[in-house]
Amino acid sequence: MIDGVAFGLLLFTLAVGLSLVFGMMDVLNLAHGTLYLAGAYTAYALSDGSWLGLLIAIVVGLLVGVLGGGLLAAAVAPLQGRGHLDQAALTLGISFIVAEIFLMVFSAETLSAAPPAALAGSITVLGYTYPLYRLVFIGVAGVLAALVYLAFERSSVGALVRATVADRDMVRAMGVDTRKILFGVFAFGAALATLGGVLGAPILAPGPHVDQRVLVLSLVVVVIGGLGSVRGALLGALLIGQVQTLGVALLPTYAPFLLFGAMLFVLAVRPQGLFATGKTA
Amino acid sequence: MSTTQPAPQARQATRGARQGARPQADPRRPFRPDLRTSVVVGAVLVALLAIPWVLGTYAVMTFTKILIFAVLAMSVNLLTGITGLPTLGQAAYFGVGAYAGALTAIHFSELGIVQILVAVGAGVIAALLTGPVAIRARGVAFLMITLAIGEIAYSAAGQLHGITRGTDGLSGIPPVVVAPGMEGLRNQGYIYYYVLAVAILAYVLVAILLRSPLGLTLRGLRDNESRLRAVGYRTGSYALAAYVIAGGLAALAGSLWTSSQRFVAPGDMGFQVAALALLAVIVGGVGSMWGACLGAMVVIFTRDYLGQMASGHGPLLLGILFVLAVYLLPKGLAGGPRQWGGLLRRLRKSAAGEVEV
Repeated sequence: MIDGVAFGLLLFTLAVGLSLVFGMMDVLNLAHGTLYLAGAYTAYALSDGSWLGLLIAIVVGLLVGVLGGGLLAAAVAPLQGRGHLDQAALTLGISFIVAEIFLMVFSAETLSAAPPAALAGSITVLGYTYPLYRLVFIGVAGVLAALVYLAFERSSVGALVRATVADRDMVRAMGVDTRKILFGVFAFGAALATLGGVLGAPILAPGPHVDQRVLVLSLVVVVIGGLGSVRGALLGALLIGQVQTLGVALLPTYAPFLLFGAMLFVLAVRPQGLFATGKTA
Repeated sequence: MSTTQPAPQARQATRGARQGARPQADPRRPFRPDLRTSVVVGAVLVALLAIPWVLGTYAVMTFTKILIFAVLAMSVNLLTGITGLPTLGQAAYFGVGAYAGALTAIHFSELGIVQILVAVGAGVIAALLTGPVAIRARGVAFLMITLAIGEIAYSAAGQLHGITRGTDGLSGIPPVVVAPGMEGLRNQGYIYYYVLAVAILAYVLVAILLRSPLGLTLRGLRDNESRLRAVGYRTGSYALAAYVIAGGLAALAGSLWTSSQRFVAPGDMGFQVAALALLAVIVGGVGSMWGACLGAMVVIFTRDYLGQMASGHGPLLLGILFVLAVYLLPKGLAGGPRQWGGLLRRLRKSAAGEVEV
């Protein structure tokens, strides 16, 4: 259960960025898993088991995310009005290039990033033993999720962003530079993904093909939760986290089918996802 | 309103919708190729037939892969280019066909035609089971769902150890036998000809399909689905039909893969295969079948040939190819000379120091 929650919250930090970028900017970012990988490798390279190392890794990871998101937004910008297929090809191409560079720098092995030594142990709750890091991760990611939710649903910046989704032209007419908002959302989504990578590296270790796994899981979450919805991403992520973790633990052979089954079930009930915003693809 | 037999007005509407979007000859005209087309087709056929005589073993193997990949790219194009459903999941049906063909070869029959029929049947069944989920969505949601289907099929192939032998892969596949009484194909050149014959057959079948009323309806689905629905087409059924046919076609490619490689592993149906198939379609020109085949050639050549020359950095080159294709060739290789002209003009302008928008 706890593992499932930890995995689900990790998925949330990843999927919400993907969901927002698509919901807001109408950009399909298939390089999203690559951003996670960038964060996870950052953690591997900088996190040395001390608090300072973790702090440095987080800061650098956020910078990498903002920078990466900005670059991706700039790369996609000339494709305005050319449809999603070209965006898909472009971001896929970028993810291929970056993955190959990671491969050259970090070797083809799956690397393990060390959590801070103080969090490396495990504790016993109600007779079950849990790794301490996962519990702390749940706390941190839970706070993060709450912050993201509040920022989008309750703050004035969030209101502006949601207004941009609803009617870009109207917001522009009010004198707001919508391009800045869109860039900001892209950078924000990307930073969340790299942060997920930094914090999630001890849970889902960096290595080849991890970017694809992360991308697919995020996409499933987004499909289930509905595009562009923070609440949907949270619920979808928690659901998938449980299905995946329980599935692997109880029915390892059929775990992939369980994931598909969950998606099938949700889509059968609500084709547009649980909490779709006005925009549907 | 009758849904099985479209009313005459409905046919009219499809035609109208299509004409607005594509300035090409009526696909329903009787097949009377002009001289230039005949010469080009003839030259391509001669070149394809000559390959084992002219090139070395490795190049022939590469061309065999290109042909197989062209069939897979046609499957992707049928969904993405013709019907307007962007897919990243065709590797799943490719894998289903590859495993079905391999298991048939090992346990049941070494005859190529039997393997192909079983593989296509398995692909069709797999598409029938999964398609109804995917076709509920359109556009990017469709892309996401097919991607998930592909990834799930991939991990299933790794997990179902009893059938697929997991990540070890299925080996010990006997050489494919073309006709009863003949010996199995071991020579790379013969294997190439076998794959070539099936690939050409597949191409012809797809060409016929695209000229049929069904093919026109699928184009209509891409161009204006709500209009089709308004005149009484059950568009969902047509989308599912396209999905199932494409699944069978991808499975056919998978069966050819088994016959030529005599080894199948989950990696053969991974995300990269699906991504490359989509890339082949985009590079070649979305909606054009010969463009898809050309794109398949460029992609496999880049990965296997240039990649090897660049000491195994195939994915890096492919990534660069993706990016360049998107920026420089919006219509793909089949997009015609006009965009090349536009590209040259822009290059000349920027060389002359003019600001490029």
